[in-house]
Amino acid sequence: MSESKKMTIIATKGTFDWAFPPFIIASTGVAMDKEVTIFFTFYGLNLLLKDTSKLRVSPMGNPAMPMKMPMGPKWLQKIDFGPKIPNILWSLPFTEHLATYLMKKTMKKNGVATLNELRSMCQEFDVKFIACEMTVDLFGYSKDDFIDGVEFAGAATYFDECDGSNHNLYM
Amino acid sequence: MADETLDASGLNCPLPILKTKKALSKMDSGKILDVISTDAGSVKDIEAFCNQTGNKLVSTAEEGGKYIFTIEKA
Repeated sequence: MSESKKMTIIATKGTFDWAFPPFIIASTGVAMDKEVTIFFTFYGLNLLLKDTSKLRVSPMGNPAMPMKMPMGPKWLQKIDFGPKIPNILWSLPFTEHLATYLMKKTMKKNGVATLNELRSMCQEFDVKFIACEMTVDLFGYSKDDFIDGVEFAGAATYFDECDGSNHNLYM
Repeated sequence: MADETLDASGLNCPLPILKTKKALSKMDSGKILDVISTDAGSVKDIEAFCNQTGNKLVSTAEEGGKYIFTIEKA
């Protein structure tokens, strides 16, 4: 068994796809007997919003994202449209909605937990959620925009949480 | 024989681990939990989970695309 019982994560990204890694690693960390804190800053604050349904994955400038159809005949599902579609097309309206819809559908098909399910699991497991006060003010959020159980603090508090932690991840 | 059985079929990482953790937390020390999973990644993950949490992985079996892990709660 490992000695360190603490883990911290700095969550900085607010798109639908990047919302998953912090919650996956945090909930698994608790399952592995760690005490976990996530510090949400800049766009990472999106992950704490009451309404996460507006989070989108953008194919624009996201060249590494595989784009496969979650439905249809087998031969079609094998094709990766990612490298085949010119990036300029992603500037058209509603392409983000389409990409998000397809990603959600693929996740469901693969038995991946939903974002809200993972976040609730983290809360149930007592993962500490800290929202960066400075960016909350900077982006004009109100504290009511966020789910219950969130603490509001700054970078110094993050460092306090890091004390005695061997796993400090930036996502 | 297992005292409890958790069917995590169809679920993908990290759900089998999270559900295993929850199931074990409701059990007494020394009790046996069987976890059924279809996620191939859980073979390594359940082992790592037991290694870190001190629970004992008694056995791992595969049967027609399903993995059955027998865990003794620490």
